[in-house]
Amino acid sequence: MVDVEVSLRVDGTDHRLTVDTRTSVLDALRERLGNTSPKKGCDHGQCGACTVLLDGRRVNSCLALAVAHDGATVVTAAGLAPAGQLHPMQACFIRHDAFQCGYCTPGQIVSAVAMLAEAAAGWPSAVTADGAGRGGGAVVLDDDEIRERMSGNLCRCAAYANIVPAVAEMARR
Amino acid sequence: MRPFRYERANDVSGAVALLAGTPNGAFLGGGTNLVDLMRLDVARPELLVDVRRLTSDRIEELPDGRVRVGAAVPNSDLAADPLIRARYPAVSEALLSGASGQLRNLATTGGNLLQRTRCVYFQNVSTPCNKRDPGAGCSAIDGHHWDLAILGASEACVATHPSDLAVALVALDAVVLTEGADGERRIPITELHRLPDREPHRDTILQHGELITAVELPPLPWATRSRYRKVRDRASYAFALVSAVVVLDTADGVVRDVRIGLGGVAHRPWRALVAEQALRGGPATEERFRQAAEAELAAARPLPGNAFKVRLARNTLVRTLLDVNEGRR
Ligand SMILES: Cc1cc2nc3c(=O)[nH]c(=O)nc-3n(C[C@H](O)[C@H](O)[C@H](O)COP(=O)(O)OP(=O)(O)OC[C@H]3O[C@@H](n4cnc5c(N)ncnc54)[C@H](O)[C@@H]3O)c2cc1C
Ligand code: SF4
Ligand code: FES
Ligand code: FES
Repeated sequence: MVDVEVSLRVDGTDHRLTVDTRTSVLDALRERLGNTSPKKGCDHGQCGACTVLLDGRRVNSCLALAVAHDGATVVTAAGLAPAGQLHPMQACFIRHDAFQCGYCTPGQIVSAVAMLAEAAAGWPSAVTADGAGRGGGAVVLDDDEIRERMSGNLCRCAAYANIVPAVAEMARR
Repeated sequence: MRPFRYERANDVSGAVALLAGTPNGAFLGGGTNLVDLMRLDVARPELLVDVRRLTSDRIEELPDGRVRVGAAVPNSDLAADPLIRARYPAVSEALLSGASGQLRNLATTGGNLLQRTRCVYFQNVSTPCNKRDPGAGCSAIDGHHWDLAILGASEACVATHPSDLAVALVALDAVVLTEGADGERRIPITELHRLPDREPHRDTILQHGELITAVELPPLPWATRSRYRKVRDRASYAFALVSAVVVLDTADGVVRDVRIGLGGVAHRPWRALVAEQALRGGPATEERFRQAAEAELAAARPLPGNAFKVRLARNTLVRTLLDVNEGRR
Protein backbone atom coordinates (compact mmCIF):
# COMPACT_ATOMS: atom_id res chain seq x y z
CA MET A 1 0.00 0.00 0.00
CA VAL A 2 1.19 3.49 -0.83
CA ASP A 3 -0.76 6.25 0.87
CA VAL A 4 -0.99 9.80 -0.41
CA GLU A 5 -2.87 12.85 0.73
CA VAL A 6 -5.25 14.50 -1.72
CA SER A 7 -7.75 17.31 -1.58
CA LEU A 8 -10.97 17.33 -3.54
CA ARG A 9 -13.75 19.89 -3.66
CA VAL A 10 -16.91 17.83 -4.00
CA ASP A 11 -20.29 19.43 -4.61
CA GLY A 12 -19.06 22.64 -3.02
CA THR A 13 -17.37 21.18 0.06
CA ASP A 14 -13.60 20.86 0.48
CA HIS A 15 -12.21 17.54 1.65
CA ARG A 16 -8.74 16.45 2.53
CA LEU A 17 -8.18 12.72 2.70
CA THR A 18 -5.48 10.08 2.71
CA VAL A 19 -5.95 7.48 0.00
CA ASP A 20 -4.10 4.53 -1.41
CA THR A 21 -2.63 5.47 -4.82
CA ARG A 22 -4.95 2.86 -6.37
CA THR A 23 -8.10 4.73 -5.32
CA SER A 24 -10.21 6.03 -8.20
CA VAL A 25 -12.11 9.29 -7.92
CA LEU A 26 -15.25 7.11 -7.93
CA ASP A 27 -14.11 5.06 -4.94
CA ALA A 28 -12.96 8.18 -3.12
CA LEU A 29 -16.42 9.66 -3.58
CA ARG A 30 -18.42 6.57 -2.72
CA GLU A 31 -16.31 4.72 -0.17
CA ARG A 32 -14.52 7.58 1.55
CA LEU A 33 -16.79 10.60 1.27
CA GLY A 34 -20.12 8.76 1.36
CA ASN A 35 -21.31 10.38 -1.88
CA THR A 36 -23.08 7.47 -3.57
CA SER A 37 -24.61 9.55 -6.32
CA PRO A 38 -22.15 8.33 -9.00
CA LYS A 39 -22.57 4.59 -9.50
CA LYS A 40 -20.14 1.79 -10.27
CA GLY A 41 -21.56 -0.13 -13.21
CA CYS A 42 -18.45 -1.66 -14.74
CA ASP A 43 -15.29 0.00 -13.31
CA HIS A 44 -13.82 -0.13 -16.86
CA GLY A 45 -15.03 3.02 -18.60
CA GLN A 46 -17.68 1.11 -20.51
CA CYS A 47 -21.00 2.22 -19.01
CA GLY A 48 -20.91 5.87 -17.88
CA ALA A 49 -22.75 5.25 -14.59
CA CYS A 50 -19.81 6.87 -12.75
CA THR A 51 -19.90 10.10 -14.78
CA VAL A 52 -19.06 13.25 -12.80
CA LEU A 53 -17.85 16.72 -13.72
CA LEU A 54 -14.13 16.88 -13.02
CA ASP A 55 -12.89 20.46 -13.22
CA GLY A 56 -15.99 21.20 -15.30
CA ARG A 57 -15.77 18.31 -17.74
CA ARG A 58 -17.70 15.07 -17.79
CA VAL A 59 -15.44 12.07 -17.22
CA ASN A 60 -15.65 8.43 -16.15
CA SER A 61 -14.61 8.73 -12.51
CA CYS A 62 -13.82 5.00 -12.36
CA LEU A 63 -10.75 5.46 -14.59
CA ALA A 64 -9.54 8.69 -12.99
CA LEU A 65 -7.07 8.09 -10.16
CA ALA A 66 -7.72 10.36 -7.17
CA VAL A 67 -3.99 10.99 -6.77
CA ALA A 68 -3.75 12.24 -10.35
CA HIS A 69 -6.57 14.72 -9.71
CA ASP A 70 -5.40 16.16 -6.42
CA GLY A 71 -6.95 19.60 -6.00
CA ALA A 72 -9.75 18.98 -8.50
CA THR A 73 -13.30 20.23 -8.29
CA VAL A 74 -15.88 17.46 -8.61
CA VAL A 75 -19.59 17.88 -9.23
CA THR A 76 -21.85 14.85 -8.96
CA ALA A 77 -25.53 14.63 -9.87
CA ALA A 78 -26.29 15.26 -6.20
CA GLY A 79 -24.50 18.60 -6.37
CA LEU A 80 -25.86 19.99 -9.63
CA ALA A 81 -28.49 22.03 -7.80
CA PRO A 82 -28.55 23.56 -4.30
CA ALA A 83 -29.67 21.13 -1.58
CA GLY A 84 -33.37 20.41 -1.73
CA GLN A 85 -33.77 21.71 -5.27
CA LEU A 86 -33.82 19.97 -8.62
CA HIS A 87 -31.58 20.89 -11.51
CA PRO A 88 -33.77 21.56 -14.58
CA MET A 89 -32.25 18.47 -16.24
CA GLN A 90 -33.35 16.36 -13.26
CA ALA A 91 -36.85 17.82 -13.58
CA CYS A 92 -36.89 16.92 -17.28
CA PHE A 93 -35.90 13.32 -16.46
CA ILE A 94 -38.76 13.08 -13.96
CA ARG A 95 -41.28 14.67 -16.32
CA HIS A 96 -40.37 12.24 -19.11
CA ASP A 97 -40.08 9.20 -16.84
CA ALA A 98 -36.56 8.78 -18.22
CA PHE A 99 -35.52 5.86 -15.99
CA GLN A 100 -36.67 2.56 -14.60
CA CYS A 101 -34.30 1.21 -11.93
CA GLY A 102 -32.46 4.53 -11.78
CA TYR A 103 -28.98 3.05 -11.54
CA CYS A 104 -27.63 4.80 -14.64
CA THR A 105 -29.59 8.01 -13.98
CA PRO A 106 -27.09 10.15 -12.02
CA GLY A 107 -24.47 9.45 -14.69
CA GLN A 108 -26.97 10.16 -17.48
CA ILE A 109 -27.95 13.48 -15.93
CA VAL A 110 -24.40 14.73 -15.31
CA SER A 111 -23.43 13.60 -18.80
CA ALA A 112 -26.43 15.37 -20.37
CA VAL A 113 -25.72 18.63 -18.54
CA ALA A 114 -22.08 18.61 -19.70
CA MET A 115 -23.05 17.52 -23.19
CA LEU A 116 -25.33 20.56 -23.62
CA ALA A 117 -22.44 22.81 -22.62
CA GLU A 118 -20.15 21.07 -25.13
CA ALA A 119 -22.66 21.58 -27.94
CA ALA A 120 -23.17 25.21 -26.89
CA ALA A 121 -19.40 25.68 -27.16
CA GLY A 122 -19.52 24.43 -30.76
CA TRP A 123 -17.94 21.04 -30.13
CA PRO A 124 -18.85 18.68 -32.97
CA SER A 125 -19.90 15.06 -32.66
CA ALA A 126 -19.55 12.16 -35.09
CA VAL A 127 -22.93 13.07 -36.62
CA THR A 128 -22.45 16.84 -36.79
CA ALA A 129 -22.67 18.29 -40.29
CA ASP A 130 -19.44 19.63 -41.76
CA GLY A 131 -18.41 22.91 -40.25
CA ALA A 132 -21.37 23.27 -37.87
CA GLY A 133 -20.27 25.10 -34.77
CA ARG A 134 -16.81 25.69 -36.24
CA GLY A 135 -17.05 29.44 -35.97
CA GLY A 136 -17.78 29.03 -32.27
CA GLY A 137 -21.56 28.91 -32.70
CA ALA A 138 -23.66 26.31 -30.94
CA VAL A 139 -24.44 22.95 -32.54
CA VAL A 140 -28.18 22.34 -32.78
CA LEU A 141 -29.09 19.09 -31.06
CA ASP A 142 -31.55 16.86 -32.87
CA ASP A 143 -32.29 13.33 -31.63
CA ASP A 144 -29.40 11.82 -33.59
CA GLU A 145 -26.99 14.29 -32.01
CA ILE A 146 -28.34 13.51 -28.56
CA ARG A 147 -28.04 9.75 -29.07
CA GLU A 148 -24.49 10.03 -30.39
CA ARG A 149 -23.32 12.43 -27.68
CA MET A 150 -24.94 10.34 -24.94
CA SER A 151 -23.63 7.00 -26.26
CA GLY A 152 -21.14 6.76 -23.39
CA ASN A 153 -24.04 6.26 -20.96
CA LEU A 154 -25.58 2.83 -21.15
CA CYS A 155 -28.96 2.00 -19.61
CA ARG A 156 -29.55 -1.64 -18.77
CA CYS A 157 -33.27 -0.91 -18.50
CA ALA A 158 -33.14 0.60 -21.99
CA ALA A 159 -34.99 3.74 -20.94
CA TYR A 160 -33.47 5.46 -23.95
CA ALA A 161 -36.87 6.09 -25.51
CA ASN A 162 -37.60 8.50 -22.66
CA ILE A 163 -34.06 9.72 -21.99
CA VAL A 164 -33.74 11.23 -25.48
CA PRO A 165 -36.95 13.33 -25.18
CA ALA A 166 -35.96 14.42 -21.66
CA VAL A 167 -32.60 15.69 -22.89
CA ALA A 168 -34.22 17.14 -26.02
CA GLU A 169 -36.62 19.21 -23.93
CA MET A 170 -33.72 20.64 -21.97
CA ALA A 171 -31.78 21.26 -25.20
CA ARG A 172 -34.66 23.33 -26.60
CA ARG A 173 -34.65 25.72 -23.64
CA MET B 1 -4.91 -3.79 -8.60
CA ARG B 2 -1.33 -4.03 -7.36
CA PRO B 3 0.16 -1.25 -5.26
CA PHE B 4 2.25 1.34 -7.06
CA ARG B 5 4.09 4.57 -6.35
CA TYR B 6 2.95 7.77 -8.03
CA GLU B 7 5.29 10.58 -9.07
CA ARG B 8 5.04 13.86 -10.89
CA ALA B 9 8.16 15.37 -12.40
CA ASN B 10 8.91 19.06 -12.79
CA ASP B 11 10.03 18.75 -16.38
CA VAL B 12 10.28 16.30 -19.25
CA SER B 13 13.85 15.24 -18.55
CA GLY B 14 12.93 14.63 -14.92
CA ALA B 15 10.06 12.36 -15.99
CA VAL B 16 12.31 10.48 -18.39
CA ALA B 17 14.94 10.03 -15.68
CA LEU B 18 12.36 8.74 -13.20
CA LEU B 19 11.27 5.99 -15.57
CA ALA B 20 14.75 5.20 -16.82
CA GLY B 21 15.59 4.16 -13.28
CA THR B 22 12.48 1.97 -12.98
CA PRO B 23 12.26 -0.77 -15.64
CA ASN B 24 8.82 -1.71 -14.36
CA GLY B 25 7.27 1.75 -14.44
CA ALA B 26 4.97 3.56 -16.85
CA PHE B 27 3.91 7.05 -17.86
CA LEU B 28 0.35 7.98 -16.97
CA GLY B 29 -1.71 10.11 -19.37
CA GLY B 30 -5.47 10.24 -18.87
CA GLY B 31 -5.32 6.69 -17.56
CA THR B 32 -8.32 5.51 -19.59
CA ASN B 33 -6.38 2.56 -20.95
CA LEU B 34 -3.61 2.08 -18.42
CA VAL B 35 -5.78 2.18 -15.28
CA ASP B 36 -8.20 -0.24 -16.94
CA LEU B 37 -5.35 -2.65 -17.74
CA MET B 38 -3.97 -2.33 -14.20
CA ARG B 39 -7.36 -3.22 -12.80
CA LEU B 40 -7.40 -6.27 -15.08
CA ASP B 41 -3.90 -7.14 -13.77
CA VAL B 42 -2.61 -7.00 -17.36
CA ALA B 43 -0.41 -3.99 -16.58
CA ARG B 44 1.56 -4.20 -13.33
CA PRO B 45 3.65 -1.03 -13.01
CA GLU B 46 5.30 -0.39 -9.65
CA LEU B 47 5.66 3.32 -10.50
CA LEU B 48 3.41 5.71 -12.42
CA VAL B 49 4.97 8.94 -13.65
CA ASP B 50 2.12 11.35 -14.36
CA VAL B 51 2.81 13.25 -17.57
CA ARG B 52 -0.67 14.68 -18.18
CA ARG B 53 0.34 18.10 -16.92
CA LEU B 54 3.93 17.88 -18.13
CA THR B 55 3.81 18.03 -21.91
CA SER B 56 2.07 20.80 -23.82
CA ASP B 57 -1.72 20.88 -23.90
CA ARG B 58 -1.73 23.36 -26.78
CA ILE B 59 -2.32 23.15 -30.52
CA GLU B 60 -0.15 25.63 -32.36
CA GLU B 61 0.58 26.54 -35.93
CA LEU B 62 4.29 26.84 -36.72
CA PRO B 63 5.58 29.53 -39.10
CA ASP B 64 6.07 27.02 -41.94
CA GLY B 65 2.48 25.80 -41.74
CA ARG B 66 2.98 22.69 -39.65
CA VAL B 67 0.54 22.19 -36.80
CA ARG B 68 1.99 20.93 -33.52
CA VAL B 69 -0.26 19.15 -31.06
CA GLY B 70 1.05 18.76 -27.51
CA ALA B 71 0.95 15.21 -26.17
CA ALA B 72 -1.32 16.28 -23.30
CA VAL B 73 -4.04 17.76 -25.55
CA PRO B 74 -7.24 15.91 -24.64
CA ASN B 75 -8.90 13.97 -27.44
CA SER B 76 -12.00 16.22 -27.13
CA ASP B 77 -10.04 19.41 -27.60
CA LEU B 78 -8.17 18.08 -30.59
CA ALA B 79 -11.44 16.95 -32.20
CA ALA B 80 -13.12 20.32 -31.61
CA ASP B 81 -10.18 22.53 -32.58
CA PRO B 82 -11.21 24.91 -35.41
CA LEU B 83 -7.83 24.68 -37.16
CA ILE B 84 -7.85 20.87 -37.08
CA ARG B 85 -11.45 20.73 -38.27
CA ALA B 86 -10.72 23.06 -41.16
CA ARG B 87 -7.38 21.65 -42.32
CA TYR B 88 -7.47 18.01 -41.28
CA PRO B 89 -11.15 17.09 -40.92
CA ALA B 90 -10.33 13.36 -40.91
CA VAL B 91 -8.40 13.78 -37.64
CA SER B 92 -11.42 15.29 -35.96
CA GLU B 93 -13.75 12.66 -37.45
CA ALA B 94 -11.50 9.80 -36.36
CA LEU B 95 -11.41 11.03 -32.78
CA LEU B 96 -15.15 11.67 -32.64
CA SER B 97 -15.85 8.16 -33.93
CA GLY B 98 -13.99 6.70 -30.95
CA ALA B 99 -14.80 6.07 -27.30
CA SER B 100 -17.31 8.46 -25.63
CA GLY B 101 -17.55 12.13 -24.69
CA GLN B 102 -16.45 11.29 -21.15
CA LEU B 103 -13.46 9.22 -22.24
CA ARG B 104 -12.32 11.75 -24.82
CA ASN B 105 -12.24 14.39 -22.09
CA LEU B 106 -9.74 12.34 -20.07
CA ALA B 107 -7.75 10.74 -22.89
CA THR B 108 -4.62 12.46 -24.17
CA THR B 109 -3.07 12.59 -27.63
CA GLY B 110 0.04 10.69 -26.52
CA GLY B 111 -1.91 8.06 -24.61
CA ASN B 112 -4.29 7.51 -27.52
CA LEU B 113 -1.43 6.52 -29.84
CA LEU B 114 0.01 4.13 -27.26
CA GLN B 115 -3.23 2.47 -26.13
CA ARG B 116 -2.91 -1.29 -26.23
CA THR B 117 -4.84 -3.84 -28.25
CA ARG B 118 -8.42 -4.75 -27.35
CA CYS B 119 -7.74 -8.45 -28.11
CA VAL B 120 -9.89 -10.13 -25.45
CA TYR B 121 -7.26 -12.77 -24.76
CA PHE B 122 -4.69 -10.07 -24.09
CA GLN B 123 -7.08 -8.46 -21.64
CA ASN B 124 -7.82 -11.69 -19.79
CA VAL B 125 -4.90 -12.91 -17.67
CA SER B 126 -6.30 -16.45 -17.58
CA THR B 127 -5.75 -16.99 -21.33
CA PRO B 128 -2.21 -17.36 -22.76
CA CYS B 129 -1.01 -14.40 -24.81
CA ASN B 130 2.37 -13.70 -26.37
CA LYS B 131 1.88 -9.97 -26.16
CA ARG B 132 1.31 -10.07 -22.42
CA ASP B 133 3.64 -12.93 -21.65
CA PRO B 134 6.22 -13.58 -24.41
CA GLY B 135 6.41 -17.25 -25.34
CA ALA B 136 3.14 -18.22 -23.65
CA GLY B 137 1.33 -18.81 -26.94
CA CYS B 138 -1.53 -17.04 -28.69
CA SER B 139 -5.07 -17.91 -27.60
CA ALA B 140 -6.65 -15.85 -30.34
CA ILE B 141 -5.46 -17.94 -33.28
CA ASP B 142 -7.69 -20.83 -32.19
CA GLY B 143 -10.26 -18.53 -30.63
CA HIS B 144 -12.79 -15.92 -31.62
CA HIS B 145 -11.54 -14.15 -34.75
CA TRP B 146 -14.08 -11.38 -35.22
CA ASP B 147 -11.84 -8.41 -34.39
CA LEU B 148 -8.45 -9.80 -35.38
CA ALA B 149 -6.01 -8.78 -38.12
CA ILE B 150 -6.12 -9.68 -41.80
CA LEU B 151 -2.89 -7.94 -42.86
CA GLY B 152 0.66 -8.20 -41.55
CA ALA B 153 -0.06 -10.67 -38.74
CA SER B 154 2.40 -13.31 -37.57
CA GLU B 155 2.10 -16.76 -36.03
CA ALA B 156 2.88 -15.14 -32.70
CA CYS B 157 0.10 -12.55 -32.72
CA VAL B 158 -2.94 -11.64 -34.81
CA ALA B 159 -4.17 -8.64 -32.81
CA THR B 160 -5.16 -5.26 -34.22
CA HIS B 161 -4.28 -1.74 -33.13
CA PRO B 162 -7.39 -0.05 -31.71
CA SER B 163 -6.69 3.67 -32.17
CA ASP B 164 -8.84 5.60 -34.66
CA LEU B 165 -6.69 8.72 -34.33
CA ALA B 166 -3.56 6.80 -35.32
CA VAL B 167 -5.16 5.72 -38.61
CA ALA B 168 -5.85 9.33 -39.59
CA LEU B 169 -2.37 10.42 -38.54
CA VAL B 170 -0.73 7.64 -40.54
CA ALA B 171 -2.47 8.81 -43.70
CA LEU B 172 -1.39 12.40 -43.04
CA ASP B 173 2.29 11.47 -42.51
CA ALA B 174 2.30 12.97 -39.03
CA VAL B 175 5.54 13.04 -37.07
CA VAL B 176 5.80 11.97 -33.43
CA LEU B 177 8.20 13.97 -31.25
CA THR B 178 9.77 12.07 -28.37
CA GLU B 179 12.32 12.56 -25.65
CA GLY B 180 14.13 9.69 -24.01
CA ALA B 181 17.32 8.84 -22.19
CA ASP B 182 19.16 9.09 -25.54
CA GLY B 183 17.75 12.54 -26.37
CA GLU B 184 15.02 13.76 -28.70
CA ARG B 185 13.69 11.99 -31.78
CA ARG B 186 11.31 12.82 -34.62
CA ILE B 187 9.60 9.59 -35.64
CA PRO B 188 7.35 9.39 -38.72
CA ILE B 189 4.16 7.92 -37.32
CA THR B 190 4.18 5.32 -40.09
CA GLU B 191 7.25 3.90 -38.33
CA LEU B 192 6.05 4.24 -34.74
CA HIS B 193 3.89 1.11 -34.54
CA ARG B 194 5.34 -2.31 -35.35
CA LEU B 195 4.07 -5.45 -36.99
CA PRO B 196 4.08 -8.31 -34.47
CA ASP B 197 6.71 -10.56 -36.05
CA ARG B 198 8.23 -12.67 -33.28
CA GLU B 199 8.03 -9.87 -30.70
CA PRO B 200 4.37 -8.99 -30.25
CA HIS B 201 5.06 -7.66 -26.75
CA ARG B 202 6.56 -4.63 -28.49
CA ASP B 203 3.74 -2.48 -29.89
CA THR B 204 6.01 0.35 -31.02
CA ILE B 205 9.65 1.17 -31.64
CA LEU B 206 9.78 3.42 -28.55
CA GLN B 207 12.38 2.65 -25.90
CA HIS B 208 11.40 2.19 -22.28
CA GLY B 209 10.98 5.62 -20.75
CA GLU B 210 10.74 7.44 -24.08
CA LEU B 211 8.10 10.13 -23.73
CA ILE B 212 5.89 11.41 -26.54
CA THR B 213 5.98 15.19 -26.22
CA ALA B 214 4.00 16.24 -29.31
CA VAL B 215 2.64 15.22 -32.69
CA GLU B 216 3.19 17.34 -35.79
CA LEU B 217 0.94 17.50 -38.81
CA PRO B 218 2.74 18.55 -41.99
CA PRO B 219 1.14 21.24 -44.15
CA LEU B 220 -1.03 19.47 -46.72
CA PRO B 221 -3.45 21.93 -48.35
CA TRP B 222 -5.52 19.21 -49.99
CA ALA B 223 -6.10 17.44 -46.65
CA THR B 224 -9.20 19.62 -46.40
CA ARG B 225 -10.64 16.90 -48.64
CA SER B 226 -10.35 14.01 -46.23
CA ARG B 227 -12.65 11.84 -44.27
CA TYR B 228 -12.74 8.94 -41.84
CA ARG B 229 -15.29 6.16 -42.06
CA LYS B 230 -15.64 3.55 -39.35
CA VAL B 231 -17.61 0.30 -39.43
CA ARG B 232 -18.43 -1.45 -36.18
CA ASP B 233 -20.81 -3.77 -34.40
CA ARG B 234 -23.01 -0.94 -33.11
CA ALA B 235 -23.58 2.63 -34.26
CA SER B 236 -21.51 4.33 -31.57
CA TYR B 237 -19.14 3.71 -28.64
CA ALA B 238 -17.44 0.67 -30.15
CA PHE B 239 -14.05 -0.07 -31.64
CA ALA B 240 -13.65 -0.39 -35.38
CA LEU B 241 -14.13 -3.68 -37.16
CA VAL B 242 -12.70 -1.84 -40.14
CA SER B 243 -12.08 1.82 -40.79
CA ALA B 244 -10.71 3.85 -43.66
CA VAL B 245 -9.28 7.32 -44.01
CA VAL B 246 -8.91 8.93 -47.41
CA VAL B 247 -7.16 12.18 -48.35
CA LEU B 248 -7.77 12.89 -52.02
CA ASP B 249 -6.57 15.43 -54.55
CA THR B 250 -8.24 15.29 -57.97
CA ALA B 251 -8.30 17.53 -61.05
CA ASP B 252 -10.53 16.99 -64.07
CA GLY B 253 -11.54 13.56 -62.86
CA VAL B 254 -7.94 12.38 -62.44
CA VAL B 255 -6.31 11.44 -59.12
CA ARG B 256 -3.38 13.79 -58.64
CA ASP B 257 -2.47 12.46 -55.23
CA VAL B 258 -4.05 10.32 -52.54
CA ARG B 259 -3.30 9.06 -49.04
CA ILE B 260 -5.07 6.09 -47.52
CA GLY B 261 -5.07 4.53 -44.08
CA LEU B 262 -6.94 1.45 -42.86
CA GLY B 263 -7.86 0.63 -39.27
CA GLY B 264 -8.95 -2.58 -37.57
CA VAL B 265 -7.02 -4.70 -40.05
CA ALA B 266 -3.51 -4.97 -38.64
CA HIS B 267 -1.22 -4.78 -35.63
CA ARG B 268 -0.50 -1.22 -36.64
CA PRO B 269 -2.51 1.53 -38.29
CA TRP B 270 -2.18 0.48 -41.92
CA ARG B 271 -0.92 2.83 -44.58
CA ALA B 272 -2.30 1.56 -47.91
CA LEU B 273 0.62 2.37 -50.20
CA VAL B 274 -0.32 -0.24 -52.81
CA ALA B 275 -3.78 1.27 -53.26
CA GLU B 276 -2.35 4.80 -53.36
CA GLN B 277 0.10 3.80 -56.09
CA ALA B 278 -2.65 2.13 -58.08
CA LEU B 279 -4.76 5.30 -57.97
CA ARG B 280 -2.20 8.03 -58.65
CA GLY B 281 -2.52 9.47 -62.14
CA GLY B 282 -5.57 7.39 -63.00
CA PRO B 283 -9.24 8.25 -63.40
CA ALA B 284 -11.24 8.84 -60.22
CA THR B 285 -13.89 6.24 -60.92
CA GLU B 286 -15.59 3.61 -58.80
CA GLU B 287 -14.06 0.86 -60.87
CA ARG B 288 -10.55 2.16 -60.28
CA PHE B 289 -11.29 2.62 -56.61
CA ARG B 290 -12.36 -1.01 -56.34
CA GLN B 291 -9.31 -2.25 -58.23
CA ALA B 292 -7.03 -0.24 -55.96
CA ALA B 293 -8.70 -1.56 -52.81
CA GLU B 294 -8.43 -5.10 -54.11
CA ALA B 295 -4.76 -4.59 -54.95
CA GLU B 296 -4.09 -3.49 -51.37
CA LEU B 297 -6.05 -6.39 -49.91
CA ALA B 298 -4.46 -9.02 -52.15
CA ALA B 299 -1.99 -9.49 -49.30
CA ALA B 300 -4.77 -10.20 -46.78
CA ARG B 301 -4.51 -13.51 -44.91
CA PRO B 302 -7.71 -13.69 -42.88
CA LEU B 303 -8.47 -16.31 -40.25
CA PRO B 304 -11.52 -18.54 -40.74
CA GLY B 305 -13.63 -16.35 -38.46
CA ASN B 306 -12.81 -12.98 -39.98
CA ALA B 307 -12.70 -13.60 -43.72
CA PHE B 308 -15.63 -11.17 -43.95
CA LYS B 309 -13.24 -8.37 -43.09
CA VAL B 310 -11.53 -8.52 -46.47
CA ARG B 311 -14.69 -7.59 -48.31
CA LEU B 312 -15.72 -5.20 -45.56
CA ALA B 313 -12.37 -3.39 -45.82
CA ARG B 314 -12.64 -3.24 -49.60
CA ASN B 315 -16.18 -1.87 -49.52
CA THR B 316 -15.39 0.61 -46.75
CA LEU B 317 -12.41 1.96 -48.66
CA VAL B 318 -14.31 2.23 -51.95
CA ARG B 319 -17.19 4.01 -50.23
CA THR B 320 -14.83 6.45 -48.51
CA LEU B 321 -13.03 7.21 -51.78
CA LEU B 322 -16.39 7.85 -53.45
CA ASP B 323 -17.53 10.08 -50.58
CA VAL B 324 -14.43 12.25 -50.67
CA ASN B 325 -14.41 12.36 -54.46
CA GLU B 326 -18.03 13.45 -54.62
CA GLY B 327 -17.68 15.87 -51.71
CA ARG B 328 -20.07 13.87 -49.52
CA ARG B 329 -19.51 13.75 -45.87
C1 LIG C 1 -14.96 1.77 -23.21
C2 LIG C 1 -13.86 2.33 -24.07
C3 LIG C 1 -14.09 2.53 -25.42
C4 LIG C 1 -13.09 3.04 -26.24
N1 LIG C 1 -13.32 3.19 -27.58
C5 LIG C 1 -12.33 3.65 -28.39
C6 LIG C 1 -12.52 3.76 -29.79
O1 LIG C 1 -13.59 3.48 -30.31
N2 LIG C 1 -11.49 4.22 -30.54
C7 LIG C 1 -10.28 4.55 -29.99
O2 LIG C 1 -9.38 4.96 -30.73
N3 LIG C 1 -10.07 4.43 -28.68
C8 LIG C 1 -11.07 3.99 -27.86
N4 LIG C 1 -10.83 3.85 -26.53
C9 LIG C 1 -9.48 4.00 -26.03
C10 LIG C 1 -9.11 5.42 -25.65
O3 LIG C 1 -9.07 6.22 -26.82
C11 LIG C 1 -7.76 5.35 -24.99
O4 LIG C 1 -7.90 4.69 -23.77
C12 LIG C 1 -7.15 6.71 -24.76
O5 LIG C 1 -6.98 7.42 -25.96
C13 LIG C 1 -5.81 6.57 -24.05
O6 LIG C 1 -5.34 7.85 -23.69
P1 LIG C 1 -4.92 8.14 -22.17
O7 LIG C 1 -4.33 9.49 -22.13
O8 LIG C 1 -6.05 7.87 -21.25
O9 LIG C 1 -3.78 7.04 -22.02
P2 LIG C 1 -3.28 6.23 -20.74
O10 LIG C 1 -4.25 5.17 -20.39
O11 LIG C 1 -2.86 7.16 -19.67
O12 LIG C 1 -1.97 5.59 -21.36
C14 LIG C 1 -1.99 4.65 -22.42
C15 LIG C 1 -0.56 4.19 -22.67
O13 LIG C 1 0.24 5.24 -23.18
C16 LIG C 1 1.35 5.51 -22.32
N5 LIG C 1 1.50 6.97 -22.35
C17 LIG C 1 0.57 7.90 -22.05
N6 LIG C 1 1.01 9.14 -22.37
C18 LIG C 1 2.26 8.99 -22.87
C19 LIG C 1 3.24 9.89 -23.39
N7 LIG C 1 3.04 11.20 -23.47
N8 LIG C 1 4.43 9.38 -23.82
C20 LIG C 1 4.67 8.05 -23.75
N9 LIG C 1 3.77 7.16 -23.27
C21 LIG C 1 2.58 7.62 -22.84
C22 LIG C 1 0.99 4.91 -20.98
O14 LIG C 1 2.13 4.51 -20.27
C23 LIG C 1 0.14 3.72 -21.41
O15 LIG C 1 0.97 2.65 -21.76
C24 LIG C 1 -11.83 3.37 -25.68
C25 LIG C 1 -11.60 3.19 -24.32
C26 LIG C 1 -12.60 2.68 -23.52
C27 LIG C 1 -12.33 2.49 -22.06
S1 SF4 D 1 -3.56 -12.07 -30.89
FE1 SF4 D 1 -1.78 -11.14 -29.87
S2 SF4 D 1 -2.73 -10.02 -28.20
FE2 SF4 D 1 -4.26 -11.53 -28.84
S3 SF4 D 1 -3.87 -13.43 -27.64
FE3 SF4 D 1 -2.67 -13.62 -29.50
S4 SF4 D 1 -0.66 -12.81 -28.88
FE4 SF4 D 1 -2.12 -12.04 -27.38
S1 FES E 1 -18.35 2.48 -13.73
FE1 FES E 1 -17.17 3.96 -14.78
S2 FES E 1 -17.82 3.68 -16.83
FE2 FES E 1 -18.81 2.04 -15.80
S1 FES F 1 -32.75 3.12 -15.56
FE1 FES F 1 -32.01 1.15 -15.03
S2 FES F 1 -30.02 1.20 -15.92
FE2 FES F 1 -30.91 2.99 -16.72
